[in-house]
Amino acid sequence: MYEVRFHGRGGQGAVTAAAMLASALLEEGKYAVSIPSFGFERRGAPVVSFLRCSDREIRQMTNIYAPDCLICVDPTLAKSVDIFSGLKPGGTLVQATHKPLAEVVLSEAVGVVGLCDAIGIALEVFKRPITNTLMLGAFARTTGVVSLEALKRSLEDSDFRDAGLAQNLIALERGYNETVVHIIERRVAA
Amino acid sequence: MTTATLDAPSQARPAKQKVILCEGNEAAALGVALARPDMVAVYPITPQSSLVEHVAKLIADGRMDADIVDAEGEHSVLSVLQGGALAGARTYTATCGPGLAFMFEPYFRTSGMRLPIVMTIVTRDGITPQSVWGGHQDAMTVREVGWVQVYCETVQEVLDTTVMAFKIAEHHDVMLPVNVCLDGNYLSYGTSRVELPEQAEVDAFMGVKDVNWHVALDPLRPMAVDPLTGGSGGKGPSSFVRYRKGQCRGMQNSLRVIEEVHQEWAQRFGRNFAPLVEEYRLDGADYAIMTLGSMTGAAKDAIDEARDAGKRVGLIKLKTFSPFPVEALLKSLRKVRALGVVDRSVGFRWNCGPMYQETMGALYRLARESGSILPSMSFIGGLAGADITVGHFHRVIEATEKLLTGSAPTEPVWLNEKD
Repeated sequence: MYEVRFHGRGGQGAVTAAAMLASALLEEGKYAVSIPSFGFERRGAPVVSFLRCSDREIRQMTNIYAPDCLICVDPTLAKSVDIFSGLKPGGTLVQATHKPLAEVVLSEAVGVVGLCDAIGIALEVFKRPITNTLMLGAFARTTGVVSLEALKRSLEDSDFRDAGLAQNLIALERGYNETVVHIIERRVAA
Repeated sequence: MTTATLDAPSQARPAKQKVILCEGNEAAALGVALARPDMVAVYPITPQSSLVEHVAKLIADGRMDADIVDAEGEHSVLSVLQGGALAGARTYTATCGPGLAFMFEPYFRTSGMRLPIVMTIVTRDGITPQSVWGGHQDAMTVREVGWVQVYCETVQEVLDTTVMAFKIAEHHDVMLPVNVCLDGNYLSYGTSRVELPEQAEVDAFMGVKDVNWHVALDPLRPMAVDPLTGGSGGKGPSSFVRYRKGQCRGMQNSLRVIEEVHQEWAQRFGRNFAPLVEEYRLDGADYAIMTLGSMTGAAKDAIDEARDAGKRVGLIKLKTFSPFPVEALLKSLRKVRALGVVDRSVGFRWNCGPMYQETMGALYRLARESGSILPSMSFIGGLAGADITVGHFHRVIEATEKLLTGSAPTEPVWLNEKD
């Protein structure tokens, strides 16, 4: 079982991203379940969604408390929300940011970091800061859990049409290509 | 909805089915479309809204040939459907929580008139205190109103059970309305892999569609509908009793019909859901925990872990809650020496969960036949959108195990008290 928690703000598409990732994993023959967190969702407020994937049928229909990976689609969120809560030791952070690694907020548990200037790219592609498909590309690049090709097919099968689809395919590919992956070396505690 | 062309996994399927990814509310809507109702009436309410939006879209896209009535409130929704059912139509709606409360007057009337209406309850906790999240309180509150009520565990089971519900409701030995209960939030918005049956296969399963002459009004075949009965004179008392006994007979008959319909579904579509009571790793178990609805998935994972750790524990899940499947449940209860019952709602009168309260009736039957009382206790969790995780179920398993050697607590255990 591989568990992912998405962090974003209302309107950035974190819930949609989890569903699109589930669809891509399904394309690859895996089992996937996604569940949104339940709040009074409103634009700009912190939101969370969850995704589980496995080679076997997934029975738990619950939230995720100890994720293998965090995908944070908003660069300012880590200041206001403890996005690292429960992250497994050596876990992965895929973070939207234009900052270098040294300036990114991390926790002790983080072992792998994928950084993508998703806002900057989104402003070029969409003229708006919509980062969710970009960050799916960044996730694929950072973890290899899903292929870029499966994500593309998932987008093509989704409700995206025409110009919107073309833009999102560009965003996905740029997210994949322009993500820098860092392995965090930590001294093992004595 | 997205589609993929994958072969169905594991065992050989009688019919090849398309694999899709969808949320529970969409699965319910797709099940409704496959059952080909003539008429639906809707009023949106959280967390049911996306279900009726999907139904409306299926109709607008021409994928579902039904009249849709966008009524001004839930009381009208069900009243409108009563008219449709009395014209012989196959009818459907969905609601929850406050919507179900507003619907109560026609809700009671529907079972009394023996109208085979299917209604999804996307279960939601009771207000007040204010909350918009899932819990079984709404469906539990109306468990004594003569509707058949079944609870789903997975998104796939939502789709399949929605289709089956029409066949159960319309069976001439039943002729009762059916609630398909799916957990608000965790199932309504939970997105999962689902196999979608072919329309032609479902048509064959449902049989020839015709006007339902058991309820349809027809000038050539006049019958009285909902006449004045009761009181203390004339034929009033006996005719009222005849109505109520008929409803009770329909409820009891539904137990057999629910089993038959599930059996036929398994033969045609290869998915074998326990119709009344499911046992999971109960053989060789000393004690069991009992669940309802989507919490069961996490409970099964917890049972596997506990078994790996050497604990002799199994699981009993109810699918059919109304009518209460006493005989089927007794078969499972005879296998164990202690029981913990997990409810997702509150039984205010008995200070325990409603399913536990109902189960105590079965435990009395068990005590009469065995001469000893099975130790048991009540757990209440998952209220108003709270989660019931594998960790919570380990607490349930540990507390239930202690019943084997200690005395049973008189108070329920509230699982999310410190969450």
